[in-house]
Amino acid sequence: MAQQLVKEPTVEQIEEQQLYKQMGVTDEEYAKICGFLGRKPNYTEIGVFSVMWSEHCSYKNTKPILKRFPVDGPQVLMGPGEGAGIVDIGDNQAVVFKIESHNHPSAVEPYQGAATGVGGIIRDIFSMGARPVALLNSLRFGRLESDRVKYLFEHVVSGIAGYGNCIGIPTVGGEVMFDESYEGNPLVNAMCIGLIDHDKIQRGVADGIGNPVFYVGPETGRDGIHGATFASEELTEESEAKRSAVQVGDPFMEKLVMEACIELINSGIVIGIQDMGAAGLTCSSSEMASKAGNGMELHLDRVPQRESGMTAYEMMLSESQERMLFVVEPDKEEQAKAIFARWGLHCINVGNVTDDGRLRLIHHGEEVGNMPVTALVDECPVYNKPSRVPAYYEANAAIDTTRYPEVTDLNDALLRVMGSPTVASKEWVYNQYDYMVRTNTYVPPGSDAAVVGVEGTRKALAMTTDCNGRYVYLDPEVGGKIAVAEAARNVVCSGGKPLAITDNLNFGSPEKPDIFWQLERAADGISEACVKLNAPVIGGNVSLYNENAKGAIYPTPVIGMVGLISDLDHITTQGFKAEGDAVLLLGETKAELGGSEFQYVLHGVTEGRPPAIDLDVEKRLQDALLQAIQSGWVASAHDLAEGGLAAALAESCIAGELGAEIAVETELRSDVALFSESQSRVLISVKASQAAEAVQFFQKQGVPCSPIGTVNGTSLKVTVNGSEKIATAVEQIERTWKDAIPCLMK
Amino acid sequence: MRWAVLVFPGSNCDIDCYKAVEALGEPVDYVWHTADDLSAYDGILVPGGFSYGDYLRCGAIARFTAVMGALVKAAEAGKYVLGICNGFQVLTESGLLPGALLRNNSLKFRCHPADLRVENAATPFTREYEAGEIIDIPIAHGEGNYYCDEATLAELKANNQIVFRYAGSNPNGSIDDIAGICNKAGNVFGMMPHPERAVSELLGSVDGKRMFTSILSAWRESNGAAAR
Repeated sequence: MAQQLVKEPTVEQIEEQQLYKQMGVTDEEYAKICGFLGRKPNYTEIGVFSVMWSEHCSYKNTKPILKRFPVDGPQVLMGPGEGAGIVDIGDNQAVVFKIESHNHPSAVEPYQGAATGVGGIIRDIFSMGARPVALLNSLRFGRLESDRVKYLFEHVVSGIAGYGNCIGIPTVGGEVMFDESYEGNPLVNAMCIGLIDHDKIQRGVADGIGNPVFYVGPETGRDGIHGATFASEELTEESEAKRSAVQVGDPFMEKLVMEACIELINSGIVIGIQDMGAAGLTCSSSEMASKAGNGMELHLDRVPQRESGMTAYEMMLSESQERMLFVVEPDKEEQAKAIFARWGLHCINVGNVTDDGRLRLIHHGEEVGNMPVTALVDECPVYNKPSRVPAYYEANAAIDTTRYPEVTDLNDALLRVMGSPTVASKEWVYNQYDYMVRTNTYVPPGSDAAVVGVEGTRKALAMTTDCNGRYVYLDPEVGGKIAVAEAARNVVCSGGKPLAITDNLNFGSPEKPDIFWQLERAADGISEACVKLNAPVIGGNVSLYNENAKGAIYPTPVIGMVGLISDLDHITTQGFKAEGDAVLLLGETKAELGGSEFQYVLHGVTEGRPPAIDLDVEKRLQDALLQAIQSGWVASAHDLAEGGLAAALAESCIAGELGAEIAVETELRSDVALFSESQSRVLISVKASQAAEAVQFFQKQGVPCSPIGTVNGTSLKVTVNGSEKIATAVEQIERTWKDAIPCLMK
Repeated sequence: MRWAVLVFPGSNCDIDCYKAVEALGEPVDYVWHTADDLSAYDGILVPGGFSYGDYLRCGAIARFTAVMGALVKAAEAGKYVLGICNGFQVLTESGLLPGALLRNNSLKFRCHPADLRVENAATPFTREYEAGEIIDIPIAHGEGNYYCDEATLAELKANNQIVFRYAGSNPNGSIDDIAGICNKAGNVFGMMPHPERAVSELLGSVDGKRMFTSILSAWRESNGAAAR
């Protein structure tokens, strides 16, 4: 017989002791909830409201900002609002993708926090009816020096590996950056990409009055209670005590649930399906009912339970992993059950779709909750937070980023930049990920974008995540534009046409006007770039309250982008291909060191304005480059990013196992010319015999193009205005670049 | 030649094995772990992945499935059995191959291309390779550190059962750099690297293809022209 372990507070105690505040509900919100109910909520009800009205589920602080994003385009089949967005790729096929954060859980329990982040985003993809085909992740940590940062880095990576490897979805790419700004509050954003036929697309709707509602997956336990609320507040020293808000993942279970759900969806009998992610049973049931304009009745005694004595409150708020909720017609019940039985899974009828628009909870024969669905899902108050231009932003305007004394030993500077963990090889990370399973990974981790083939066609998908938090910090609008532009540039360099983006807005506390200003400006920048580059926002996630003892993290709106490579012959990688090939630099180099890796590594600061970006110039560059790649004469293409021209040259040499002789003519100082991070630049190589034609082609398209040297030998040699500045064996650069992270982690 | 790819809950590389065989133009079926008869098949692939979540020990639960009883019979009947990665672990757990696979000595999962040296090119699985040839086949495992006692190792060597060794640096600490071994009769073979992932230029290597064509040609030879 079930027994309650702790006596729940009464309706009166909740009000008198203001217990709702511990759940993140304000006095005004509590009053509103009483209004919607026509009475005071009981403990279960206030718990349900508190998670549905948390920032994580309601976007109450960010709705006005998210509205600014362009979400339409002829290619968009489904925009934000469902589990994940969907984009057409022709021939009745579509790509489904989304990014999501698990920052707070990972800060407290890195292995499980990261693992369940991966598990959650995979469920979002297969609940749309898609077969997940690839994973990426975007990670930020403090400086790779303290034991704590190393511990977080090591266990986050192994948590991602543990989940992705076991479930058999290749982890093909992403990014990792290190900066003290993320000390104590790492960012762990996971992105999943799936493929689907147009006619298989599912929605999370509870349609059809009287239809049964099914619960699938493992038992509900006491883990993850209030996970969504936990994610919606700042991390403090007490956060450690909230470790029970972190869930525990079981990728094997998810593999079974995924295969069974895909089988169920392919059988054509599903009316609606949704995963139980943040706020578990509460969020999935109320959202499914809301989308259909219906209600739902749940019989909590039927919910499979991992332990005895669980209360309605605990069951509704548990974030136990790998669970799904779906609706079928009554006469399809046996067919559905048979599919799950074959996979050895629970498939339990836990309720029905009702016509009263209420979420009603029955436990031990009593009604323990009765709430209007629309109040839970749509009526959460929306806040327009005050914003203010931060003092640091104004102060930075006056800083001349070329005021530092000239760095003359550029061999040493190159090695220091290449050995900086942000630029260094991430082999230590991605060799722990199975990036090959399912045998469609045509460009593995390490190039500009990863490329995954579309089975049975000549098409492929290019995918990447990008964001330079330093740029966004220095100028949120420009940084937001650059994040989108760089993602698109990476896709184009790989031979793909940008389709759409998913964004993960990682910011500090929106209660602070400085932070809210960052959020607004970054969203404006992202929106403008998306419009210009024809890559609408089809979904995403917001993670606020990312703060540590020293304040907010750098604003980090991570952009996940997918592009379509229309023929496998267009796949292009960053490595130089053959001795004698001509090296061309597309774009213009200006004196722009603000927020650069060179500034951070050599001068120890992040200040000034970030590189400027002109989206018209960017668009011209990308269009011309894609046309050139599709014409077949581009041997290699590599986006210039952290570390500028010098790092890009080194990376193309390392990837191609070839040297290069480069001569740069410039009016800039040598260190600035080689390490500036000016935008809209790409390094390409072409056959020497085609170099003149290539220069002409780009100039005709209005894209600056300078021949700067030849692929040759085994060293990288760079002269600036005739004088030798860099001459280092590629092997030595490669050692420094490859050994940096393993050495720090020993 | 009729092929089976076994599927346990948690198998991940079943599709990749299926595709590799399909590319040969031969008939191939997925066979669910509850099946108890494999007599219709000439070649049986035990794929990689995380059967039963690798709980308890890799392959330790899969060995108790119905299909493994049928697999033991098929092996005794001389059918060709190839276990890859988790499949190799299942074969050692079930006693079809000696030894065990321990955790990598780095204590980390490792996934990357690996150079293998063909030590025995006379098996049905390797007859289209040259003895001593270095081939490029990727690895992806957390528990690939092959271990056996001295007596078993001496026996493996004496019977020429060590089929592949790691040629570059040993990625997992396996004894004597072992990457793959066969049974005494030569019809059951297990390896940690993934030949099914090295079957096209787009994947970075085609060196795994010859493993599948080897098996096919061995079968055709032993079954005469009628087998075509």
